[in-house]
Amino acid sequence: MAGEKNDDGLVLLGFWVSPFAQRCRIALAEKGLPYRYVEEDLFGGKSDLLLRSNPVHKKIPVLLHDGKPVNESLLILQYLDDAFPETPSLLPADPHARAHARFWADYIDKKVTDCGSRLWKLKGEPHRQARAEMIEILKTLEAELGEKEFFGGEHGFGFVDAAFAPSTAWFQLTYERYGEFSVAEVAPKLAAWAARCGERESVAQSIYSPEKVYDFIGELRKKLGIE
Amino acid sequence: MSPAAAVKVIGAYDSPFSHRAEAALRLKGVPYELVLEDLRNKSDLLLTHNPIHKKVPVLLHGDRAVCESLLIVEYVDEAFDGPALLPADPHDRAMARFWARFIEDKCSKPFWLAMWTDGEAQKGYMKEIKESFALLEAQLEGKKFFGGDTIGLVDLAACGFARWLGVCEEITGVSLVTEEELPRLKRWAVEYAADEKVGACLPDRALLLEHFSAKKEMFAAMAKSMLPK
Repeated sequence: MAGEKNDDGLVLLGFWVSPFAQRCRIALAEKGLPYRYVEEDLFGGKSDLLLRSNPVHKKIPVLLHDGKPVNESLLILQYLDDAFPETPSLLPADPHARAHARFWADYIDKKVTDCGSRLWKLKGEPHRQARAEMIEILKTLEAELGEKEFFGGEHGFGFVDAAFAPSTAWFQLTYERYGEFSVAEVAPKLAAWAARCGERESVAQSIYSPEKVYDFIGELRKKLGIE
Repeated sequence: MSPAAAVKVIGAYDSPFSHRAEAALRLKGVPYELVLEDLRNKSDLLLTHNPIHKKVPVLLHGDRAVCESLLIVEYVDEAFDGPALLPADPHDRAMARFWARFIEDKCSKPFWLAMWTDGEAQKGYMKEIKESFALLEAQLEGKKFFGGDTIGLVDLAACGFARWLGVCEEITGVSLVTEEELPRLKRWAVEYAADEKVGACLPDRALLLEHFSAKKEMFAAMAKSMLPK
């Protein structure tokens, strides 16, 4: 994958299909920052480096900058803005716009993955509830996007866009199929935004196809014994 | 937005989240008006400015609204002059945000459940919160506050443990933070509450004790409903 050259002291520990790791790849690409990517085997056994670098949560992604770890994907994105001020920033300059961007990235973090998991894990009434919730989430994000080209508005492709773009490969096929809905129908502006993201080089080179995500979830369901 | 524009906090008296917003403004020396909500009967003002979560606190700066207490703290740090609430060094900033989120995401619920449930479930949550407290204890080594010499983002995130924890311990008889096991955290709570600026917007201890004692059954029922099915 692009970006794996001599690394400017930057190393990213990730897992190939993780949208959280992919956010970081998108951010690094947007900033033109070279880094070394290390794939963690989350099912086989986490590396000593990962466990040492994130002893509290033991999770990817982890960014190492000259050996010092930064954990949590949204914190990594903010760190990259702070540590490399000469590169294009993800967050806008205005404090209120920054708070607004952080709010929506948090909203996405709190709502999307949890609800999405329930779509492919559960059946019956809990599944129906998850579906209703997901449609609500999509409509809320649609309203926030409005007529903007990107969530970053005047700033352009920014913090919230980088945070949410990896999920486009999860909505298409996986969430839509398991959730029995269509993003294009429920939230057409969001669908158009997803297509625009997909055309962006930083996104295209950082995320895997919806087919690969769908297969991965299929395998995971088998492992978890879900029919 | 000009720093001189009027500042309001829509808050609630007993809420540690609301306290964080006020404390941040006081640390920066920014005058503000406090608008107290009746959370059983939320105002149009609150619902208009926080339509997504409908929660306190909300900061109003002129006509701009900021929601979520930790985001409010960062906003106050960025929008106003005054002592910094986050470190200057990028890695230290990331660590401060990390611990603030840790407290918010990993400690709040187990703390509440350790206090207000019983039996095997309670034992589990007590173990969990004590492990988390041990991590926070380690962060306080050689420091007066999590922020170092001065109160910062992580201290504000941890404010619940400075006033509310002691009150809950007194009501329930559950002991989470002792001198023997967590001496730094115990001392930190005293220092935090004694600080002139943040102490001034903590709820009065006796009053909080009274309010929470009256809500004992409600808290226990709430905690029970939060347990996994």
